[in-house]
Amino acid sequence: MSETALPDRTGAFQARLRKRYASERRFKALGLCAVLFSVGVLAILLVTMTMNGIGGFQRAELAVPVDFSKAELAIDPQRLNDKDAIQALELAGLPLLIDNSAEQTLGRKAADELGSEAWREAARDIIADPSLLKRKAVLNLPTSKDLASALRGDGHEELRAQARDLVAKGQLARNFDPGFLARADATDAQMVGIWGALKGSMLTMFVTLLLAFPVGVLAALYLEEYAAKNRWTEIIEVSINNLAAVPSIIFGLLGLAVFLWIFPNYRSAPLIGGMTLALMTMPVIVISGRNAIKAVPPSIRDGALAIGASPVQVVFHHVLPLALPGILTGTIIGMARALGETAPLLMIGMRAFVATPPDGFTSPATALPVQIFLWSDEIDRGFVERTSAAIIILLIFLLVMNGLAIYLRNRFEKKW
Amino acid sequence: MVTTLPATATMLPESELSDPQSGLIPKMSARSVSVYYGAKQAVDDVSIDIQTKYVTAFIGPSGCGKSTFLRALNRMNDTIPGARVDGEIMLDGEDIYRSGMDVVHLRARVGMVFQKPNPFPKSIYENIAYGPRIHGLAEGKAELDAIVEKSLRRAGLWEEVKDRLADSGTALSGGQQQRLCIARAIAVDPEVILMDEPCSALDPIATAKIEELIDELRGRYAIVIVTHSMQQAARVSQRTAFFHLGKMVEYGKTSDIFTNPREERTKDYITGRYG
Amino acid sequence: MSPSILLLLGLGLGLAGWLAARARAWNFRRDIRNEGKGGRLAALPSYHAWYVALWIVLPVLVFAIAWSFLAPQLVTGWVLSDPAAAGLPHFGFERRAILDEAASVALGSAPGVFNPLAEGLVEPYRLAFAKVRWIGIAATLVIGFLGGASAFLRLRPEFTARTRVERTIMTVLLMASLVAILTTLGILVSLVFETIRFFGMVSPLDFLLGTHWGPDPMGNPLNPDPSRYGAIPLFWGTIYIGAIIAMFVAIPLGLMSAIFLTQYASPRWRSVLKPALEILAGVPTVVYGYFAALTVAPAIRDAAQAIGIANASSESGLAAGLVMGVMIIPFVSSMADDSIAAVPQAMRDGSLAMGATTSETIRRVLIPAALPGIVAGVMLAISRAIGETMIVVMAAGAAANLTANPLEAMTTVTFQIVAMLTGEGSFDHPATLSAFALGFVLFLVTLALNFFALRVVKRFREAYE
Repeated sequence: MSETALPDRTGAFQARLRKRYASERRFKALGLCAVLFSVGVLAILLVTMTMNGIGGFQRAELAVPVDFSKAELAIDPQRLNDKDAIQALELAGLPLLIDNSAEQTLGRKAADELGSEAWREAARDIIADPSLLKRKAVLNLPTSKDLASALRGDGHEELRAQARDLVAKGQLARNFDPGFLARADATDAQMVGIWGALKGSMLTMFVTLLLAFPVGVLAALYLEEYAAKNRWTEIIEVSINNLAAVPSIIFGLLGLAVFLWIFPNYRSAPLIGGMTLALMTMPVIVISGRNAIKAVPPSIRDGALAIGASPVQVVFHHVLPLALPGILTGTIIGMARALGETAPLLMIGMRAFVATPPDGFTSPATALPVQIFLWSDEIDRGFVERTSAAIIILLIFLLVMNGLAIYLRNRFEKKW
Repeated sequence: MVTTLPATATMLPESELSDPQSGLIPKMSARSVSVYYGAKQAVDDVSIDIQTKYVTAFIGPSGCGKSTFLRALNRMNDTIPGARVDGEIMLDGEDIYRSGMDVVHLRARVGMVFQKPNPFPKSIYENIAYGPRIHGLAEGKAELDAIVEKSLRRAGLWEEVKDRLADSGTALSGGQQQRLCIARAIAVDPEVILMDEPCSALDPIATAKIEELIDELRGRYAIVIVTHSMQQAARVSQRTAFFHLGKMVEYGKTSDIFTNPREERTKDYITGRYG
Repeated sequence: MSPSILLLLGLGLGLAGWLAARARAWNFRRDIRNEGKGGRLAALPSYHAWYVALWIVLPVLVFAIAWSFLAPQLVTGWVLSDPAAAGLPHFGFERRAILDEAASVALGSAPGVFNPLAEGLVEPYRLAFAKVRWIGIAATLVIGFLGGASAFLRLRPEFTARTRVERTIMTVLLMASLVAILTTLGILVSLVFETIRFFGMVSPLDFLLGTHWGPDPMGNPLNPDPSRYGAIPLFWGTIYIGAIIAMFVAIPLGLMSAIFLTQYASPRWRSVLKPALEILAGVPTVVYGYFAALTVAPAIRDAAQAIGIANASSESGLAAGLVMGVMIIPFVSSMADDSIAAVPQAMRDGSLAMGATTSETIRRVLIPAALPGIVAGVMLAISRAIGETMIVVMAAGAAANLTANPLEAMTTVTFQIVAMLTGEGSFDHPATLSAFALGFVLFLVTLALNFFALRVVKRFREAYE
């Protein structure tokens, strides 16, 4: 720029330039704010869930010293290996023993605040370690939900005072509750577990994967490699693109009206849930699969064709293996979406109260996100914590799946 | 006007095409072949004979239809949607476009090497072994090993790669990759090898090696090579066809075409007036 | 009698056929070699093997599926023809219960019978089950054997087994892609069928134009009150939450995020911020719903009360809409990202070369050029928002208020679908069926939005290609 070029040296121009730069900075700051807002919401969401959720992995427990050697429960140690060992212990008088022991050390009032299922926990401890029967032990047993909420600072003043008292004596505490990862749903927040829902989700996802993956991959191969450009192909493509954007609840209506009509006995079953979610996941797999297949360079196909490979051999020997990492990435992302899906499962009845983990693809079950939804409706403060804990588990699963997808993408992404 | 000339008018008489010296009937012969992409005509009424033990070069400016015609010879055009071939192409007296022709078998007999080396992203061994395996040419590992070694030797690559057959084919240099692709084509024991500008992506040294290789392979196969470089055509081929605007303008002995072209257009191209 | 046993049997037969056919093909090959004439097998031995295996497994598969539907009918027929069935009550629930009880005892899944009537039926059931099982197994063996044998006898050295097998594979591929059409049809049929039933009870005019929503699932299904099926408040709630409040949040934030990430952020920042947005997109809606109900809704209510709005409800359209907007931000951002990226670099360079600042280039050149793509993205975002279920179910409330006050509870189409179908209402009740009519409306609207958006995107892409 020569020194004599005048217009940009005038004062007015300089002033305008300063203004333009200021507006530039404002615009950029606005963009940054927009991104930071999203990041901020994400942070608040995660922090809220974590703060609430930590409590969800704990529960209020009373320390009850029990002297089994003195009490001499009338039970043959051999019986403890049986399936109905808990009933046997009940008949042998374990509930009464626990109650009495609690009354002796904690007093009648505190003993009444022992959870009604507390003796079952004791029974499980005994089954896990039969040598308990011969000695004195301090068992940490769940309290009633009233005492649990008193410990949290809610409820009657009287009960809160009692809780403070027991805490001071070291008899009441909030302990880590490993059973949360092993139990199923219950009416009492103290006794609920996530394993039932998690198992239901796993069974459902298994069915989804088994159906959606092969169908999705084969459909993608057909559309990308073989389909002639005609009206049918166009209809298939339009269907897939639209299915990918249909609200998930519509798939729930389909599952309700079609699958439950064909299999009326399998209401709430992971089989039906899996089938419904498979229809939802299939278009995602087809679309990502087609992109992965498209990324395989045509020169590979030419090379194989030119030495006399048939079109089927070209695809199954060359194209599919090369596209597989991309297809898997898309599949994992689709599965992660299906894992977090709630609405369609509500439609087909996977919202039932299921107190035992499902033992098969056709037994009634619930799923992790549905469990979260069900617990979120409970009023008890205890359930708020449990819900957040369940959300943490769900998010960990999703994070692992998405992490795996990103890893696959980076590890196998080929630049041709 | 170029288009008013009938393409066959300037061709050598039939008797001269079927080389009297060799006394062989042609390996492949095309009669009035036209190739269309949708409504667009890419090759217009080409007739040509291709002999075993000769290298035939197709030359001509870009877009003249020489590559398209080459791809018609082993029906690689089938993979392009909308491509259509009229006329007749015979391989040993059998029309390759007749219905019921097994394209897979055809391509095993008429191999092809592409402009850009395209080894499979697999080991060197697997690159060669793939063809024999899908065609059932080898029984057992020992036979397959023998085919792999023989093909790599013929492609002049054996000494360079014999100790790293398990390495990926894509890890080789460009020239080596192209020789690997030639070895891959040889491995299925073809009768004709089509080469579509096989050296255009290579440096001069690698090009020289490939040209040497083509000369060695000539004794065994009918080789058709499309090339941009007239020098290359002059160096490696015995027969040359000049294509222009989809028509074959002139076909004859390479020495004749380059020293004494019959057609004005051929002369213009060879002397660099256009192209 | 589960079809899985038959399928396993079929797979076993298929394996046997596979091995036999391969051995035969190897023999052909050896003969050819011994003759030494240089001919060769038309297809690899493994293709002969697959050909025979397919001829065994596919017929068995078809039979197993048919049998799994037919077998229960046969069992029931045989049991009912037994003299012991004469004493059964003729109709209804009790008859069904007795039969089920006897069947489950016969299968060994229940220890014993309670109903004396079922007692006599256990044995007939046991016999019928055994009969069905043996017939099924025998038929599978016969079908598998016949299929395998006929295929096996066709094997010749010149038999083109590969072509046949590949034709089957192509058929399977085609069928896989037809699943998409079937799904679409399934959605249409199930929605249309139930919607027609609903419109047989409540007139479409009352449904589409009525302004009061309050179906009574316990009311008399034969005589529904059409004035309680006016869906306008639901449509309004859906649009207000999904297309107005949520978009008010998502469009500016999503657009500005895309601009910042593509035009300003350094690669390092981008590599941190982009995954953060992706995480936001991957959070399940049930988690957003819980977040809306637990954190955002109470905060909004407290804020409203603090500025003197006493009757602010704890469930509000505003909370649901805001959280939904946040959920949609990554979606809008990535759509805008794609559209901006599709604008040719030359346009940007042209503007910058004239001395425009980056922001001037973005506002005056990039955004106008990318506008069709951005609009399409917004349409897709709206279609997502109005189909979103869990956030509104958990945060928006059930009251069908026709109001513009964002602090009031309002309800949406998706909320009511869930509410109508998770209650105890019978399947023939108009309240239950109304869910399908609502679903149909939702389906049509999202379909239209997607269809137009995809067309706009396509045309937009082509314009710059």
